Amino acid sequence: MATTTEPATSGEVQTVVAARRLEHVRSVFIGVGRPSTAAILARMVHNPRLVLVYESGTIGAKPFHIPLSIGDGELAETADAVVSVPEMFNYWIGPGRVQVAFLGAAQVDRFGNLNSTVIGDYEHPKTRLPGAGGAPEIAACCQEVVVIAPHTRRTFVDRLDFRTTVGYGDGPGDRERLGFRGRGPTAVVTDLGVLEPDPDSRELTLTHVHPGVEVEDVREATGWALHVDDEPQRTPPPTPAELSALRELLSR
Amino acid sequence: MAELTTLEEGIAGTVHDGDSVALEGFTHLIPFAAGHEILRQGRRELELIRMTPDILYDQMIGMGAAHKLVFSYGGNPGVGSLHRFRDAVENGWPHPIELEEHSHAGMANRYAAGAARLPFAVMRGYVGTDLAPVTRVEPITCPFTGEELVAVPALRPDVAIVHAQEADREGNVQLWGIPGVQKEAVLSADRALVTVERIVEALTPQPGGVVIPSWVIDAVAHAPGGSRPSYSLGITARDNDFYRFWDKLSRDRDDFESWMQTHVLNTVKAP
Repeated sequence: MATTTEPATSGEVQTVVAARRLEHVRSVFIGVGRPSTAAILARMVHNPRLVLVYESGTIGAKPFHIPLSIGDGELAETADAVVSVPEMFNYWIGPGRVQVAFLGAAQVDRFGNLNSTVIGDYEHPKTRLPGAGGAPEIAACCQEVVVIAPHTRRTFVDRLDFRTTVGYGDGPGDRERLGFRGRGPTAVVTDLGVLEPDPDSRELTLTHVHPGVEVEDVREATGWALHVDDEPQRTPPPTPAELSALRELLSR
Repeated sequence: MAELTTLEEGIAGTVHDGDSVALEGFTHLIPFAAGHEILRQGRRELELIRMTPDILYDQMIGMGAAHKLVFSYGGNPGVGSLHRFRDAVENGWPHPIELEEHSHAGMANRYAAGAARLPFAVMRGYVGTDLAPVTRVEPITCPFTGEELVAVPALRPDVAIVHAQEADREGNVQLWGIPGVQKEAVLSADRALVTVERIVEALTPQPGGVVIPSWVIDAVAHAPGGSRPSYSLGITARDNDFYRFWDKLSRDRDDFESWMQTHVLNTVKAP
């Protein structure tokens, strides 16, 4: 296990940056993997009152360990309430009661639309991915969405093979036209930086680069001509407190 | 009234070739023992329905028991792919499989409509996605407000099978922990089988307990450990190592078949 004196890896920076976005948030919807780690870290170091909501129906779960699945026993045992799947989607997700949703995807496009269904043709896929799960309605209904994904050309593509989940659709006005109540993706946190939608065009724009990363690195890892903010900011590096808490959490 | 029976008799009496079968349990309480008994009895041409196919349907698809899969998330939770499911879709092994896929919200609402014996459920969803044109959803206008919504067709499986912590001798069932969509699945189906960890004299109310009365269930079978490697909260723990092990083992067709032969087909459930 790495000690806090060793520099943060790009994956650790990504988790820490995602956790920081939850400092003033009341409730967050999370899947497993890095989103779950980030949300548990946020409860540890920034926001002990943060309500974690997992798709399995556990509301207000307080896991000590990082769960492998969204339905691990510890989530149910520590939750404020445990509800059925129809209740989760119809009473909690649908009406927009959950503030922020962390989502991952196999492909992300310039408008923050997501693919988690297939690579290749739908009828004869090259790679069959798991599918939609809860993502389409979560992205439509939660008050805002933060996408967490590894920054490679394989993930950040010019054109999705399948649009599983709508971010900003084909651009300004699409979410309103589709009747979505949530604001949509407010940030895409990667292991290289942070992309945020341009207020007018809705196109993802590079606003932060992580320590040790150059703007050119991010352009190189993006499958379209990436818009870059006039003065992209440097992500403040993880603090010793953030890094030691994350490493302690991962070692549990 | 539910009949207390063995797992073999329970499956033989409820599941037939060609049936649409929903084995539910959202990460928790997945009825593995029942699915394995379906394989041992050699059932074929099943339409398998389940929100999250999980390892259980990966095994049933890999053994060639299914002609169709109705689902919303076909992954190994927290680990990655379901390799037998992928092999069936990508390469048609052991034979091609028809897919009907939805979102979780869509599947949950379809079960709820089936439980209510309504023809469809109304929701907000699917719009703007590539899923809408390849699955069974239709736009519908609210007659009161004029809002454009989406209708999803009710699920009415021939058979629903769920696992629970306990049943009493009358066949009343109680489950607790993550309740998933099990009650809706039981009430949506024509026939229902419940496997349980234990038979008790009387049900003791549990916090968050879901009670399913005996008279909406056809058969209750005692199957201790019947949700492994999933879990039954308070009785067995989720075997996360097995979920990781499956990711490696199931990549290879021969390894998969030989594991299934040894650990599923050649085993006999104690009565």
